[in-house]
Amino acid sequence: MSATQTAIIADNRTKRQVERDTRRNEKTAQKRLTSKGATIGAVIIAIFWTIPTFGLFVTSFRPGADSNSTGWWTVFVNPSFTLDNYFQALTSGGTALTLGESFLNSLAIAIPATVIPIVIASLAAYGFAWIDFWGKNVIFVFVFALQIVPIQMALVPLLSLFSRGLTIGEVQVFPGLGLRDVDHSFATVWIAHAIFAMPLAIFMLHNFISEIPGEVVEAARVDGAGHGQIFFRIILPLAMPAIASFGIFQFLWVWNDLLVATIFAPSSSLPLTQTLNSLSGSWGDKWFLQSAGTFISIIVPLIVFFALQRFFVRGLLAGATKG
Amino acid sequence: MSQASVATSTSGRTIASRSVTVTAIVVGAIAMVAIFIALLFSAPAPEASPTSLGFSLRSFFVWIGGLNPLVQIPIILVVFGAVAGILLLLIEYAPRPGKGYFWLRLVASFAIPALAFMLLRPYQNAVLYVMAIALIAGGLLFFADYRARQGSGYLVQLVLFMAPAAILLLLGLVYPAISTVVQSFFDKSGKTFVGFENYVWAFTNPEGFWSVINTLIWALIAPAFSAAIGLAYAVFIDRARGEKVLKVLVFMPVAISFVGAGIIWKFMYDYRQGDQIGLLNAIVTFFGGEPVAWLDAQPLVNTFFLLIVFIWTQTGFAMVILSAAIKAVPTEQLEAAALDGANAWERFRNVTFPGIRSSMIVVLTTITIASLKVYDIVAVMTGGRANTTVLGFEMVNQQQRFQSYGHSSALAVVLFLFVLPLIIYNARQMRKQREIR
Repeated sequence: MSATQTAIIADNRTKRQVERDTRRNEKTAQKRLTSKGATIGAVIIAIFWTIPTFGLFVTSFRPGADSNSTGWWTVFVNPSFTLDNYFQALTSGGTALTLGESFLNSLAIAIPATVIPIVIASLAAYGFAWIDFWGKNVIFVFVFALQIVPIQMALVPLLSLFSRGLTIGEVQVFPGLGLRDVDHSFATVWIAHAIFAMPLAIFMLHNFISEIPGEVVEAARVDGAGHGQIFFRIILPLAMPAIASFGIFQFLWVWNDLLVATIFAPSSSLPLTQTLNSLSGSWGDKWFLQSAGTFISIIVPLIVFFALQRFFVRGLLAGATKG
Repeated sequence: MSQASVATSTSGRTIASRSVTVTAIVVGAIAMVAIFIALLFSAPAPEASPTSLGFSLRSFFVWIGGLNPLVQIPIILVVFGAVAGILLLLIEYAPRPGKGYFWLRLVASFAIPALAFMLLRPYQNAVLYVMAIALIAGGLLFFADYRARQGSGYLVQLVLFMAPAAILLLLGLVYPAISTVVQSFFDKSGKTFVGFENYVWAFTNPEGFWSVINTLIWALIAPAFSAAIGLAYAVFIDRARGEKVLKVLVFMPVAISFVGAGIIWKFMYDYRQGDQIGLLNAIVTFFGGEPVAWLDAQPLVNTFFLLIVFIWTQTGFAMVILSAAIKAVPTEQLEAAALDGANAWERFRNVTFPGIRSSMIVVLTTITIASLKVYDIVAVMTGGRANTTVLGFEMVNQQQRFQSYGHSSALAVVLFLFVLPLIIYNARQMRKQREIR
């Protein structure tokens, strides 16, 4: 018993010793590579990047009368806090729906609009990576290039496809989907997001899927698996890190999107960003409501961001350093 | 891959049968085009109603639209998952040898295109043409697949893998891009050809003019500042204590929407008489200045204040990528330079910077493209007032507020022309990298 104890103590002591040494080494390394000016610069940038968010965050908890007459920084002198702003913001609404309802809409838009493009793009990425066909490289570069076509360019024709269908000259071929008047119809928004995500998704997932060692795939082929099984049983599980990081990326992009929803969503299906934007006009100077509304809208991205930060960074790096 | 080498053994017969295959496919394709042209010249039937098999894409979407938003999520995921599952089963079983699988391929080739077209409810007058096109396409696919050099089933599974993405891209990006270019030469209604009139408007009308100027300012300034600040910060905090926390602070705005960022900064810029509640004007008045309405200050001042918001959101992105690149620069090189007596700036200039150049280019091009396309910040903060409009905003504005599709399309094309050099540069860059690999 005591022997193990001393062993543990000794172990702890060496561990501490090692830690101290590495810290000292790091410090000397730091001294050599950074300077006082750098520290000051970093602190200034960090403050500048945090203060705006922090100021609005504080305001969202201050009573309306206070925040409208004094600056948020005075809260440190005479603190008073309330949660009323949040309840009021959630239940106040524009013409069609409240902020709380559009929060649900945002969820109903963002989750399918993340899953659908991932599945479709991973199929295509597998095709590009593991099936040989004529013109493969040229087509792949073309798909990559589509990534940079401005979304704005595609909005109007796509919208008219959705609403009016396909009519060539005078001849009607297909009718439109006619979902404009359907309450809570998100179909056009899902499709639009899936389309706009496709080039980047194919590119990022292909980068990862094509790096999977060929022996793994060959071994499965020898065992009699077809492309369907290889894709589902081997490639998908192995590509999970890439799928996760793209998924976070896509989720945040859809959640934060304003443009696509403005164009495609019927008025009862508008997401949080759109409702918040129109409310902030009618709220005008009521900063206690604007601030609470803003934090309701950024709470989900912030949770996703802080919880899955590592995947998110990895996704950014995968998309960027290879492009 | 492995299949490709199998089929090229019997040389003479292969060539002969290849030419038969090619001829058949060409004939089939011509037939499809002919039917399509026949459809275009068929008598228009304005009163024709859509035909469907009793269920269609629309009826599904209408049904699901009637449900509670939260209930819709699992339903659409299950339905989509089922379709994807059927696709994978087909991919798995189609290429297998044997009579049953032959029939599977045959039925799938004909049934899937026909079913897909019927789900879109073609108009009565077009039904026969559309079905003929679908069946010929299916037949061609089956025939080409049957005679494929890589063995039958190869083409079917390739099409199944690629078709969903290809349809989305063609329908949602390629066709709209072409259509927008065409639209930009037509007037408001889209019926009368007006030549370059819309483009002249884009460069002479105040809204069009300012949107072009401002977009150029955005594209020049935003990437430079974001990358410079991001780089400086990444260098400053490299190997500093609490590096992770410091990183998160600057990176956080990347996750915040432009709408959220817009409101956060509108609060910073708030302007009123008496006591200021916006931090910026509070500082100005603290030093004895007069409060300023930042977002109304012209010319160009307000654009710069919008730019600050954008730079605020993009710097974190630049910082993370550049920080990763800096970490990849070998420490030995830095230490060697230090031993040679290089000071911090010289070490950065001559060792670190060359090591991160490629990442720097990625950061610059990415942010440039993002700044060319910016819409949300302008929409939220000024709504394009006081000459702050940009191309990405103005074209939506023209279309939504004035129903002016011609102007809107012309602005979109101008925007596309600005992005084009970057596309070409990136694509070439990527081809180079793929060749290396």
